[in-house]
Amino acid sequence: MKKILLASIIVLVSFIIIVLSLGLKTKNIYDTKDLIGKQISELDLKYLNEDRTFSTKNLKKNKFTLINFWASWCAPCRKEHKHLISLSKNKNIKIIGINFKDEKSKANKFIKEMGNPFDIIASDSDGKASVSFGVYGIPETILVNNDLVVIKKYIGPIDQKDVKKILKLVGQNE
Amino acid sequence: MLSELGNLSILISIIISIFLIFFSLKEIKDNKSNISIKIKNFSTLQLIFANLSFFLLLLGYIFSDFSLVNVYENSHTAKPLLYKVSGVWGNHEGSLLLWINVLVLFSFLFFLKNFRKNKKFQLLTLFFQNILILGFFIFLIFTSNPFSKIFPIPEEGLGLNPILQDPALAIHPPLLYLGFVGSSIYFSAALASLISKFDGKDFAIAVKPWILVSWLFQTLGILVGSIWAYYELGWGGYWFWDPVENSSLIPWFLMTALFHSILVLEKRSGIYLWVIALSILTFTMSVTGTFLVRSGILNSVHTFASDPTRGLYILIFLSLMIFSSVYIFYKYAPNENRSFHLFSKEFFILTNNWFMSFFLITVLIGTVYPIFLEVLTNQKISIGPPYYNSVLAPFLVPLLFMMAYGPKTSWIVSKTKEKKQIILTLLFSLALTSVIIYLINQRNFLINLLLVSSIYLVSQSLFDFFKNSKKNLDKGFINKASQVSHLGFGLLIFAILLNHIMSIEHDLNIKIGEKKQLKNFDITLEDIKVYNDKNFKKFVGHIVILNGEKNIIERLKPEIRIYDKPETITYEASIKSNIFSDTYVTMSNISKSEYYNIKFQKKPFMNLIWLSTILIAAGGFIRIIARKFE
Repeated sequence: MKKILLASIIVLVSFIIIVLSLGLKTKNIYDTKDLIGKQISELDLKYLNEDRTFSTKNLKKNKFTLINFWASWCAPCRKEHKHLISLSKNKNIKIIGINFKDEKSKANKFIKEMGNPFDIIASDSDGKASVSFGVYGIPETILVNNDLVVIKKYIGPIDQKDVKKILKLVGQNE
Repeated sequence: MLSELGNLSILISIIISIFLIFFSLKEIKDNKSNISIKIKNFSTLQLIFANLSFFLLLLGYIFSDFSLVNVYENSHTAKPLLYKVSGVWGNHEGSLLLWINVLVLFSFLFFLKNFRKNKKFQLLTLFFQNILILGFFIFLIFTSNPFSKIFPIPEEGLGLNPILQDPALAIHPPLLYLGFVGSSIYFSAALASLISKFDGKDFAIAVKPWILVSWLFQTLGILVGSIWAYYELGWGGYWFWDPVENSSLIPWFLMTALFHSILVLEKRSGIYLWVIALSILTFTMSVTGTFLVRSGILNSVHTFASDPTRGLYILIFLSLMIFSSVYIFYKYAPNENRSFHLFSKEFFILTNNWFMSFFLITVLIGTVYPIFLEVLTNQKISIGPPYYNSVLAPFLVPLLFMMAYGPKTSWIVSKTKEKKQIILTLLFSLALTSVIIYLINQRNFLINLLLVSSIYLVSQSLFDFFKNSKKNLDKGFINKASQVSHLGFGLLIFAILLNHIMSIEHDLNIKIGEKKQLKNFDITLEDIKVYNDKNFKKFVGHIVILNGEKNIIERLKPEIRIYDKPETITYEASIKSNIFSDTYVTMSNISKSEYYNIKFQKKPFMNLIWLSTILIAAGGFIRIIARKFE
């Protein structure tokens, strides 16, 4: 009996340790640097105001797509919003806003008040989809090309300098 | 210069640890009856050099010596002195050095206090503790040296994350370390006790003060962290079931279980092995928590800049710790007989252990399940408050009742003469709960059940507290400890419930000079003033809140702070705290508009939540003092 107990403890502990050590390797997805140059995962996202979904595969038809994670409760999102609006004037770039852990009514109120820079607004009300993009706080912004490869990633609100950089990357023909 | 001195003192400490490991093993085998003075001297030297290395790093921060990478990355000349000091443990390397200092301090104090006791037990404890110390020193030197140099020396540092620049957070890590790192000493003592075939009762007496002290600091550390989260994070909450918060709660459950069962072990045999297992588990879980926080395996606001090699090192060290403990336990565990009468004091004290084990497993699973799921199935999930609340809350009801009844029973078999009094208290609690339920119009059955049981625990503890004070002062003094802690716990649950039910939250956009009307409140943003502080610029909102119902005017001043080193914006909540309720306001700016976003919250009984946690800790403190009367 004592031996069986010992054996099961050893097996259990070994299993836990192996899983944790594997976990150390997989966690890299959360490192911004490692995301650059990688393809984003293919996901189905819900539209905020329509009862249907779209796939990130469809983004391949855009030359560049800027994916912005935002919420009405996020104060820095308010700060960066005007920069998104100025970016939205560029034709080479489509902007997708992923509304993160938010309420639909509050999100719509935010857009109504601040203007809508987004070509598509998707909803990620429980924050699960955003995690797949390697997002762990908002605002965050990812620039992907037509192969869905991440070219640039911004943690925190983007500013005037970032706007210039993004415009340079996508070619500035307004 | 500091770098060389720091490295030197760490090196000397490492050599002393090796000496201590070697000589303690050597002296176990010799025939002398006492431990030689040499070992005592080495222990003292170890404390001096470990403290010296910490002090040198502290000097580096105080005098902004940016030749140290660690100081450069985490400090700045413009930072106030308090935050220069707390910057030492506001980062991975410095906090690890503090970790080791606590290991050394507890090793030294335990050795000093039990110097004349059982030689083999004492030396083996020192041996195991120094293996831990050595392991963590090697970790420090090879993966996280706080004394690494940078050249050319930068003119200015990068600064400390502004949300960490806070008095509560300055003392939060040291308190927690004294708690869960302090548990290392009973981990070492437990292994030593098994090998040296130490008597269970003597073991209980030797480790009890250390369990109490570490539990006390752990409780205070969690409290301070919670207070910080409440006024700094600006959500108006105080506990988020964040994985890192859980990592501090898991050892707390174990410590609580441990000092309840150690009381039984002191009086009666039969649970020696259980206590040993708990002692080993407490520190193991503390290191597991450290692994989760430091390796970056979890996503959390607390995570330090992560580095997989650090994670791997802690994991290897942790596995060695677990496997050698399991081996020692298996090889040396004696046989023991257990028999407890139902409704004896032992029974009630040990039911505490069952509850704590259940809470522990629930929180542990919630914390690590997402990692397991991701590794095994590549699915990503996050586990939040609904899981914890719905799994833990129902079990609080029986726990609260047992906490009220348990301390009244006597050792071995209890004869309850006080049935009448218990029924009266119960009736009183039911009546009071009915009034409260009627007033707040609460229909949720579980919440009502929790209200009754928490009120019952509070009234029973209060009754016992005043009744026992007359007779048998010494004994009464010790009982007071558990009554105060249990009273605190009852109040805590009661306050959390009312806070949960009665909180109000409103989100509004408002411009300067405008007044918004809510149900019972008028909110006016009178003005916004701009100030320049030492290391930040702040926008202070002048908000007037008129409570129409009670005709009270409150003035609140939430801030938007713009720090320049590093460039960050933080939002400082403004809180007006009254006995019964807090008014909590945060403000943020809306670009390209004259409007400001104001989040207005009424949070009832916040002070009661803090006070009751202090009461819980106070019980532990009384118990430590009461030891003198035992």
